[in-house]
Amino acid sequence: MELTELTISQAHQGLLKKEFSALDLCKAYLGRIKNRDKEIFAYLTVSEKLALSQAQKVDEMIAKGGEIPLLAGIPVAIKDLLMVKGLKCTAGSKILENYIAPYDATVIKKLRAQGAVILGKTNMDEFAMGASGERSAFGPTKNPYDLTRVPGGSSSGSAAAVADNMACYALGTDTGGSIRQPSSFCGTVGIKPTYGAVSRYGLMAMCCSLDHVGAITKTVEDAKIVFDAIKGKDSMDSTSVESISNAKAQMLKINELKIGIPKEYFIEGIDPEVERLVREAVKKYEQMGAKVQEISLPHTEYAIATYYIIVPCEISANMARYDGIKYGYSTVKSKKHKSQDLLDVYLKSRAEGFGEEVRRRIIIGTYALSSGYYDAYYLKAQKVRTLIKRDFEKAFEKVDIILAPTTPTPAFKIGENVSDPLTMYLCDVFTAPLDLAGLPGISIPCGKINNLPVGLQVMGNYFEEDKVFQVAQIFEENK
Amino acid sequence: MISKKEVKHIAKLARLGLSEKEMEKMEKELSSILEYFEKLKEVDVSQVEPTFHSVPIENVMREDEINAKRETQSAKLLYLAPETKDGYLKVKSIFKDGAN
Repeated sequence: MELTELTISQAHQGLLKKEFSALDLCKAYLGRIKNRDKEIFAYLTVSEKLALSQAQKVDEMIAKGGEIPLLAGIPVAIKDLLMVKGLKCTAGSKILENYIAPYDATVIKKLRAQGAVILGKTNMDEFAMGASGERSAFGPTKNPYDLTRVPGGSSSGSAAAVADNMACYALGTDTGGSIRQPSSFCGTVGIKPTYGAVSRYGLMAMCCSLDHVGAITKTVEDAKIVFDAIKGKDSMDSTSVESISNAKAQMLKINELKIGIPKEYFIEGIDPEVERLVREAVKKYEQMGAKVQEISLPHTEYAIATYYIIVPCEISANMARYDGIKYGYSTVKSKKHKSQDLLDVYLKSRAEGFGEEVRRRIIIGTYALSSGYYDAYYLKAQKVRTLIKRDFEKAFEKVDIILAPTTPTPAFKIGENVSDPLTMYLCDVFTAPLDLAGLPGISIPCGKINNLPVGLQVMGNYFEEDKVFQVAQIFEENK
Repeated sequence: MISKKEVKHIAKLARLGLSEKEMEKMEKELSSILEYFEKLKEVDVSQVEPTFHSVPIENVMREDEINAKRETQSAKLLYLAPETKDGYLKVKSIFKDGAN
């Protein structure tokens, strides 16, 4: 077995038993990136020097003897929306093309404290606005299973890197499905935790009330390892909370497990093969003794409209900081634009720095928040959001866990959906409701259609990540 | 649904430069997106409170203490700005020639 095929726990064991060094592991990944990434384009920045120095430190720790943390010496890729001090952080945007992060995100601090080896920063849809990776200002990431297809997005590089063994695991972010959807397309495991369970400090904000930091890994066990390492209340993020769920979550008994299947997730438009694979997965749980019942989440059909009102509204506010004055791309010194006043600098820096989808969402959001429209759009959407949340709350009175497809189809062709913004928005139909409700969910591979992976989504109640992991692991072990 | 004039006005509010051609494209795309939003009209929310945050959160208070690191931090941040002067961000004039 190649070193780059190991899971986190396998690599950790290998390091402990001195079967290989952290430096060996790091070099194996750097070599793999050199060989493969020209084709895949998962990385925007490869931080070879940083990775090698971090690996060396871990080897020194191992040489001294004693325990090392689970993530020590394990190579990780970081979505280019999370700041790693001293490395470029572009958010996939031209407006931050040369921006160097002046500090570490809290999750990065936590990984560094464990001795993580940071391989680099991964490609993504600009400011996480996209579901295919095609919205990166630097070019699209390819799906390792089929180079003519998208890897999903917006954590496109993170999912592709893990799927192609160019990282042992990766950090991503999920606002409407950006961890789970690319995980489904790339056959990886992707966890979106409860809102607030993981600090957002040092994450470049797209939509503050919906942004979540999470992990993309090869196995459910690894997803739990990374989640446990990055979670927790942070004084730098007032919306972060200590997970209420206790560390010693009760061991799940499968014959006591009540599973809900939302009928609104098996609608027209879903690929029949996706439906078949997901239903087979559900049957497997049933055969093992779980009680399965159909449930209803009646407001599901309003989730995308709700989501695509709330998100642009918050985007129009969050993108205001990119003004050509404080940092990032600016026309201030440009010779092309002479005799500019302040307004010109704003207009031109933002026009030249932002890509098409970002500009579109700024305009939608500014419109929806502008005088006379606030009640009709933003406030209305936040009220419908309450109904979507209530659907889940009612469902979790009856069931422990909800199973559904992660996406209606497997990975689509590059260029197939890019011209029509609405079709692209509908990619989030099964993932956005969970973000709106703030509930935890994981996507795990449940089969393939013509060699293209399909994801099963396991959704849980607030702060019940441990239950979500356990249920997902049962499937993984009995595949 | 949305006129070109409105797009122009919104773009100015958002401080976003758009070419004439982009405005026309935006006008079309936005109209179909806004039409899709009409779907929410079906939902009765007369008795429903809005959810601005999915998980209940409280105000977080802290002491108002002087951060000794602030000066070194501000130098690091100013380094990222395109134009600075005497430790401040420099901006272009906000008045047209002659007015100041």
